[in-house]
Amino acid sequence: MNEFLLIFRRETRKEDDIPPSPEQIQAMMKPWQDWLAALAKNSHLVSPGNQLDQKGKVIKPNNLVTNGPYVEIKEAIGGYIIIKAESIEIAAELSKDCPILSVGGSVEVRQIVPMN
Amino acid sequence: MQDQDLIPHLFRTEYRKMISVLCKQFGLENIQMAEDIVSDTFLLAAETWGLKGLPNNPTAWLYAISKNKAKDVFKHQAVFFNKIAPKLHLDASENQLLEIDWSLKNIHDSQLTMMFAICHPSISSEAQISLSLNLLCGFGVDEIADAFLSNRENIYKRLSRAKEKLKAAKVKIELPSSSEINLRLDRVLTTLYLLFSEGYYSTSQNQTLRKELCVEAMRLTLMLIDDPRTDKPAANALLSLMCFHSSRFDARTNDLGDLILYEEQDEKLWNHELILKGQYYLNRSSRGTDISKYHLEAAIAYWHTHKKDTMEKWQNILQFYDQLLGLEYSPLIALNRFYVCSKVYSLQSPASPQDLTQLILVAESLDLKENHLYHALMGKLYSGLKIDRAIHHYKLGMHLAKTSSDKSTLANKIANLDKMNGKNN
Repeated sequence: MNEFLLIFRRETRKEDDIPPSPEQIQAMMKPWQDWLAALAKNSHLVSPGNQLDQKGKVIKPNNLVTNGPYVEIKEAIGGYIIIKAESIEIAAELSKDCPILSVGGSVEVRQIVPMN
Repeated sequence: MQDQDLIPHLFRTEYRKMISVLCKQFGLENIQMAEDIVSDTFLLAAETWGLKGLPNNPTAWLYAISKNKAKDVFKHQAVFFNKIAPKLHLDASENQLLEIDWSLKNIHDSQLTMMFAICHPSISSEAQISLSLNLLCGFGVDEIADAFLSNRENIYKRLSRAKEKLKAAKVKIELPSSSEINLRLDRVLTTLYLLFSEGYYSTSQNQTLRKELCVEAMRLTLMLIDDPRTDKPAANALLSLMCFHSSRFDARTNDLGDLILYEEQDEKLWNHELILKGQYYLNRSSRGTDISKYHLEAAIAYWHTHKKDTMEKWQNILQFYDQLLGLEYSPLIALNRFYVCSKVYSLQSPASPQDLTQLILVAESLDLKENHLYHALMGKLYSGLKIDRAIHHYKLGMHLAKTSSDKSTLANKIANLDKMNGKNN
């Protein structure tokens, strides 16, 4: 079994998109809980990970520290979890249920390189 | 995983508080920004709490995150330095600016002042109700569309346009001065009354939603009463009126969603706690010398909490209708008053054909022939006199009626008359 990092990215809402109501957003909590519960139940969950604050800092050589990265919102990393699965195909399959997809976001799946 | 459950409607409840606080602090010009901040905070909450469980203090978490987001937004905007800071008479010290006051007092004040800002003459009353539902109650586009039986694009446009107009009119979020407050309060009360009516008289089949509209209208009216600056007799009268009407909410529809008329309602389903509350606020409203239309309507509604047909009841109601017409004439009020007259006549003695004919002549002078309620009333009056005329009016009423429940009510009356006609022939 390998471990995989699942990286969430959310898409910016476009000007004309009708925003979801507070009630509708509150209802989105359940799909996240359900997805996590299913991963845990089937022994795929390694860590529920974290959600990341939007602002950040970038450090480059020569002690260069700037605020950023200022990328398109949809490229910015929103959060991550760690799962384990037999293959990256299965990891990708498991990612299809991630609720971020229902709000136009995306999931990037990267295998964690094993040490042994 | 956390065992505790999230409070139902938490996001909706917090939305209206957070929006009001942010708009009060940063001005209505930045309402879009405020909406985005709150929306983003909720999306992050749904994700984070879904994956990691609920924080110890969900509300505090929401306030803290939204403050961080506000900071981020302003940092990226030259607008902050060029426009907002000077307006708020602050130096460009963001720390001072971004200490958002989440105290209970500020939350309350912000919502109260937001109410006055929304009820502004530059936007239509329809838009005011939609905006109230959105900003004061935390309802979203889909929910408002449901309430108005409209579609989401229309509602979204209506809300966007209303917000633009408020921005253009440079409406300030602040409580009007004590000299202005009565006039401005009048407008707020009108909007709240219309909001309540939407729920009470709405043709939407969604019972839960309709009840919520009534509850929200009452909650907002109560907010006015709880604050000494806005605790005016008219507001108390309005709340009293709403209590009396809502007391019959459960008795008004059956399981199929059909409307049950007052005479046929099961009194046991009337909410007596609400009736008592109505009486309490009616008493509170009788301070001072001003009689608003809400006072009169509340008094009439009070009498309707007594189901029995007594002379005292209908004569009192007639008096109040006379005063209502004196305040402002409306054909519908005239029609209602006329119904009351007919009740008084019928109780005085068995109405003779001459009395009835007189009544009918007066009714015809009301000139409401395009109104289905007029024909419903005429049908009722003729039922004791000329069954054919009665059926004729009921049929016209059915044709003019817009909702299926109104139509079926009239159809039932025709069916009953047909039966009687059959018996007599």
